[in-house]
Amino acid sequence: MTLSRRRVLMLAAGAAAIPALQLFPGAAFAAAEDVTKMMADFSGGKEPQTGKITLTAPEIAENGNTVPISVDVDSAMDGADMVDAVMILADGNPRPEVATFHFTAMSGSAAATTRMRLARTQNVIALARMADGSVYMDKKEVKVTIGGCGG
Amino acid sequence: MSHTRRDFLQFALNASVALGAAGYAASPLRALAQQKLTQDDLLRFDAKGQVTLLHFTDVHAQLLPVYFRPPDTNIGVGAFAGIPPHLVGEAFLKEFGIARGSAYAYAHTFLDYVDMARAYGRLGGLDRTATLVKAIRADRGDDKVLFLDGGDTWQGSYTSLKTAAQDMVECMALLKPDAMTGHWEFTFGEDRFTEIVESQAYPFLASNIFDAEWDEPVFEHTKMFEKGGVQVAVIGQAMPYTPIANPRWMFPRWSFGIRPDVLQANVDAARAAGAEVVVLISHNGFDVDRKLATVVSGIDVILTGHTHDAVPEAVRVGETLILSSGSHGKYLGRVDLDVSNGKVTGSSSKLIPVFSDVVASDPEMAAKIAEVRAPFEAETAEVLGRTETLLYRRGNFNGTWDDLICQGIIEERDTQIALSPGFRWGTTLLPGQDITRDDLYTETSMSYPAVYRNEMTGQQLKEVLEDVCDNLFNPDPFLQQGGDMVRVGGMTYSCAVNGTIGNRISDMRLSATGEPIDPARTYVVGGWASVNEGVEGPAIYDLMEDHIRRKGTVSVPDERTVKIVM
Repeated sequence: MTLSRRRVLMLAAGAAAIPALQLFPGAAFAAAEDVTKMMADFSGGKEPQTGKITLTAPEIAENGNTVPISVDVDSAMDGADMVDAVMILADGNPRPEVATFHFTAMSGSAAATTRMRLARTQNVIALARMADGSVYMDKKEVKVTIGGCGG
Repeated sequence: MSHTRRDFLQFALNASVALGAAGYAASPLRALAQQKLTQDDLLRFDAKGQVTLLHFTDVHAQLLPVYFRPPDTNIGVGAFAGIPPHLVGEAFLKEFGIARGSAYAYAHTFLDYVDMARAYGRLGGLDRTATLVKAIRADRGDDKVLFLDGGDTWQGSYTSLKTAAQDMVECMALLKPDAMTGHWEFTFGEDRFTEIVESQAYPFLASNIFDAEWDEPVFEHTKMFEKGGVQVAVIGQAMPYTPIANPRWMFPRWSFGIRPDVLQANVDAARAAGAEVVVLISHNGFDVDRKLATVVSGIDVILTGHTHDAVPEAVRVGETLILSSGSHGKYLGRVDLDVSNGKVTGSSSKLIPVFSDVVASDPEMAAKIAEVRAPFEAETAEVLGRTETLLYRRGNFNGTWDDLICQGIIEERDTQIALSPGFRWGTTLLPGQDITRDDLYTETSMSYPAVYRNEMTGQQLKEVLEDVCDNLFNPDPFLQQGGDMVRVGGMTYSCAVNGTIGNRISDMRLSATGEPIDPARTYVVGGWASVNEGVEGPAIYDLMEDHIRRKGTVSVPDERTVKIVM
């Protein structure tokens, strides 16, 4: 096997050691106001409340390139107690919008699972917009680490 | 201070005043005070109730008795500062009411280590452990005893590497564990891991390992036992950050994590199925389990491993007892439980230090150990060199064994800087001892041993140190993934342990010249145990064998290259 110099560098030191930041060399990361605006656009300007929505994510990502997350909204999915949509944001990615899930009464429950790429340690934000316009939020920080050295 | 064999007979423990003051149960240690140390003394225990749990963990394939110097630096941060297990030396003795110079002081602290080691000898040896386990089973009745293996059992010796852990598997089988969990076991790769687990007469339990694709449990998580007429559920918890701390590519289909919600569901299910006692056999590490006990309810006892902490008695967190039974076979942990009306109403606990000169060798296990080691005897016994100074590893920041390894990498691979992983395993050699191949492999035996040689910028080096440091000193233990701090050779730095990621490491300098490390400059760095696939370079044990042979005699001053800022 021949390794190019570039490849050898990528193998460095517990070298997942190449910091995650460089996964996007030169990329501009999302500004806080971008994330705030996306949230406001989704919520129609309403202040998100806590409760109803549960975001499940690992404390530390095993692999920043494919981080499993799931969301679950406590809702009868009937009448007024209906989830319209759930939006997932990653506030430290170059493009913070990860996914938006739309639900109907036919969905039965408002739950979804997906995998996402995280460029670095950051918050994953899940917003649920209800049929009555109210908005709920859950947020988890996910650590993206170099790894190695585990005793 | 000089110790003689005579001191060995003086089992001097402090008046046990401090024990009461510190809030621990009346100490079984006290009974041993001022007596001649015998096997019966070590076995003496305030037996209680219907159930006895025996805990054995992190032996790291040490079939024979070892020297293992306890750490002089074991820092807890935030809410975990200054409480067990983050106590060393005098503070440790004070907390547990142990007299300096006593056998227990030797078993648990680094104080006067070399003199004490010469006086009290080695600890551990699976044949000695077998004697204790058999004695307790005979005394209590087999129907009351559960023997649980916390993992990190298979890896860490020459013979375990050469036999892919078959030596450990055969020896452990004689101890008849009731269940196990693990961590380094996975570094033998998914196929070998599965082959062994399927061959064992007892289950591998893990509540927190899921199929990476389908998110379904991979292993059995709970096993119910009836002991002393009591329904006991044992749940397993493997090292949650195995795929980060070790090469994920060796077991790519499995995903880990702490998964407290899953654990809560499994505890609840066990209770619903009639469990009167719930025991977690855990490889989380002490602080993770201390936090876990506050977020998961219904666990009576956590038998914890991974962090190698030898805490003399169980620590109570809420309604949960946490027993941490050390490493390298030095201790056997015991917890007795009194259960009435489906609830634990009383308990007693202690670690039994396995003094190899005091505990008899079990003939059956001794014969098995001799048998599994025999094919490798000439290789393991071969003397590579000699050390004039104490060689040890364990501690948050450095140890002389890793200083020697870093120097070996710098010289043999011609680098400016060397990095050596912060493993907690690895035994100790006393000044004047020969270094055998066996000894070298207690520090280096593992399945991804390549020593890379690479260029890194000063900035990259800092980011590596910051990242590893946060994995050790993040105030939230659920975010601590690894071992001790990565060891460095060829450079010095300061570490503000209570800082935040990006702000802990400062004043990085090349040790040769004192010149500051320039973030923009490129440095030649060597290191081993990269978690990446396809790393090229000589194996660390081969490199170090050459290095030690070339030196003949090594002398490693105990210099502190890291300035710790509290």
